[in-house]
Amino acid sequence: MSLAMVLGVLSGFADAFAPAHQQYLLEARQMQALSFAVHIPLVCFGISFPAMVLFTEVRWLRTGDPVYLELARRWSRVMIGLFGVGVITGTILSFEMGLLWPNFTGTFGGVFGLGFAIEGFSFFVEAIFIGVYVYGWNRLSPRTHLLSGIPIIITGFTGSLMVIAVNAWMQNPGGFTLSHGKVVDTNPWSALFGNPYLWHELVHMYVAGYMVTGFVLAGVYAVARLRGRWGRYERAALAIPLTIAALASIAQAPIGDWAARQVATTQPVKLAAMEGLATTTRGAPEHLLGWFENGEVRFGLRIPHMLSLLAFHSWNAEVQGLDTVPASRQPPVNVVRASFQIMVGIGTLLVLLSLFTLGVRLRLRRLPESPWFYRALVLAGPLAVVALIAGWVVTEVGRQPWVVYHVMLTEAAVTGAPGIPVGYGTLAAVYAAVAVGLGWMLWRLAKRPLELEPESR
Amino acid sequence: MSSPVLSAIPMAFVLAGIVLYAVLAGADFGAGFWTLLSGPGEHGEEIRETAHHSMGPVWEANHVWLIFVLTVFWTAYPAAFGSIASSLAAPLFIAGIGIVLRGAAYALRSGTTRPREDVLLDGIFALSSILVPFALGTMVGAIATGRVPVGNALGAHLRTWLGVTPAVVGVIAVATAAYLAAVYLAADCTRRGETRLADSFRARALVAGPLAGALSVAGLVAIHHSAPALYHELVAGRALPAVIVSVVAGVAAIGLVLTRRFEPARYVAALALAAVLVGWALAQWPRILPGLDVREAAAPHDVLVAVIVAVLGGGAIVFPSLAWLFRLSLRGSFDPIPETEPAPLSEPPSHAPGPPAPTGRVAIAALVVGAGLLIFSDAGALHGVGVVALFVFVVSGFLWLAPALLPD
Repeated sequence: MSLAMVLGVLSGFADAFAPAHQQYLLEARQMQALSFAVHIPLVCFGISFPAMVLFTEVRWLRTGDPVYLELARRWSRVMIGLFGVGVITGTILSFEMGLLWPNFTGTFGGVFGLGFAIEGFSFFVEAIFIGVYVYGWNRLSPRTHLLSGIPIIITGFTGSLMVIAVNAWMQNPGGFTLSHGKVVDTNPWSALFGNPYLWHELVHMYVAGYMVTGFVLAGVYAVARLRGRWGRYERAALAIPLTIAALASIAQAPIGDWAARQVATTQPVKLAAMEGLATTTRGAPEHLLGWFENGEVRFGLRIPHMLSLLAFHSWNAEVQGLDTVPASRQPPVNVVRASFQIMVGIGTLLVLLSLFTLGVRLRLRRLPESPWFYRALVLAGPLAVVALIAGWVVTEVGRQPWVVYHVMLTEAAVTGAPGIPVGYGTLAAVYAAVAVGLGWMLWRLAKRPLELEPESR
Repeated sequence: MSSPVLSAIPMAFVLAGIVLYAVLAGADFGAGFWTLLSGPGEHGEEIRETAHHSMGPVWEANHVWLIFVLTVFWTAYPAAFGSIASSLAAPLFIAGIGIVLRGAAYALRSGTTRPREDVLLDGIFALSSILVPFALGTMVGAIATGRVPVGNALGAHLRTWLGVTPAVVGVIAVATAAYLAAVYLAADCTRRGETRLADSFRARALVAGPLAGALSVAGLVAIHHSAPALYHELVAGRALPAVIVSVVAGVAAIGLVLTRRFEPARYVAALALAAVLVGWALAQWPRILPGLDVREAAAPHDVLVAVIVAVLGGGAIVFPSLAWLFRLSLRGSFDPIPETEPAPLSEPPSHAPGPPAPTGRVAIAALVVGAGLLIFSDAGALHGVGVVALFVFVVSGFLWLAPALLPD
């Protein structure tokens, strides 16, 4: 961090965007968190569902088996429904950039905004081709129809690349200098894409997208199997997402390790919060479970030297503690630490479930048959979503109290407008109502017999 | 400070985005408006179904213009965006909630079948379709009449957006959206040969069009009182040509609707609205907010260049795609298919052989290489190789394992 940046922090930002007093900063952060938590699972479907639908369509074109056509058509309708909900929840997020954090956008919009502008185009192409693909069954030639699905897969990737480029910039800001509270020497390309922090975040999230979608879908058809519906349709509908989720889970383990080691070097205070490490320590231990209190982890299972070994591959490596920054610059330890343990714990369980699935497949050349396996699969979907959100809590709460790491405090970014609790309450009520409506609609769709499936309305 | 031309180009993109959002998504909101005034009985049900059906393949793409406007605006003119979004937080939030409710009602309606539930969802859909253009219209009115001060929420009062002029602009937005939708839907119905429905929408267009025109005159009177300088630019200054185009196109569109030439009416009516929005921009130019003109608000030179490159590059991909979508849509490719068409479900399985499955050895080797590089290497380039190896692991593993699990 340059001296100019430090002076920028100390002197506040450009006059018009001097920090406003906001009584409801916590509510603003919670409103933002709620909006993210609702949107992020939908992003997973945007990332990975199109590839699964297209694979199924290719199977149909290859084999001519109508089961695959029926599956691809049904999934494509779910896909556009979830995309539509993602469109509106994503719109709320873009509004909140100004509604809640006008100083952040007003000061740094020029630095990070390009990512969202390109994401807007990516999203545009996605919206166009998803409409063509879903409404184009029977109306386009099979080849054109299949090709119209490919941009949806590509834009699912580029869209997440752009948004995560912005997030990675907030974690590890660069590509500008601050002079008297004004952003100068801006280079948005290097700010967004010249940032080494981008890549592990992107890959970690992209693979998580396949895990979440795969386990949620597999869970849906595991319910069908437990209820005695186990035809060729259900078998195909379970095998495709389950196989891809199992492989993605196994790949995610080394990727997660990579991500944690990047955090260890770039954001040591965040790592200290994730591990509950109060003071800088050589040969730092790892604690499983437990609770952080008065500078130590209580009731946790202590593994000596493990943190040093994991983070720096050395028995006696020095790991920075929370005490390297004043208390006012430390993130809330227990939220970050508990979320990290939840994510890693669920991830480990999912890897075990995946190894079991693939093991049975390799040894016996079939799917597992125990009902307990299918009960575990039903739980795996929601657990994968919990792990996803917990992971983002680690990333975002672990960044606090900064909105732009070591450059702008969250409290300096918040709006001065009144009425945040009203907005927060309204949004929560509306999202709850939509969730109830969606759940009720899916329940009714699930009850509808397969052969009565009507043409799209 | 950036050159005047460079700092103006992103604003031209923003204006183009606003115009396209208004003429495309505006009609989607208008379609929602008409579900409220569809009338009783089977004919009313037909009107509601037509309004719903017209949105199907295009509403997401139309909606994205709003996202485009927001992102280009906050990248190229960050301080102006921060000021507007914070001072006009209330209408922006109302528009956001309206967009959520509308999208949810639309999605849910596709999944429900019972008439009583349809009534509830149609009600939410129609009311939110009115709320969103009204709220966005008040924001336009507030910005145009210079009520938004530069700074963080310094103008966050009710009168900023619910003063007479902003409120009138909000009502104009609702009426214009309804008018556009009626014209577009009349054209769609004529294409499908549904003349009775086309006549219903024609009657609605003939009420909403003149109403929108009369409201616009009322809006001019309100602007005369609240923002005399803006008024002067509109009626006698550089915005006058746009205003004339708008009036001529508006009258011509009504004439085309009267004579049932709906297809050209569609474009002429859209032109009338586009001209109003261009006129607004010309009248206000170069001021964005009081004391902040386009050049002062613009981001640094490199950012503007990056935005322009991104928009031109993105446009080169988006516009051909969009043209294809609209050609399919306007040609009727997405219209319901007659029931007589044979369903492909009846096609017999042919069991063409797939490609030989890659061996599992590739997958396992890729996993070992990928995991090893990610865990034990500290070099960025080797991490890249590791990620590629893990990608190979997932894809080859999937092709190896999945087919055997699938039913024959």
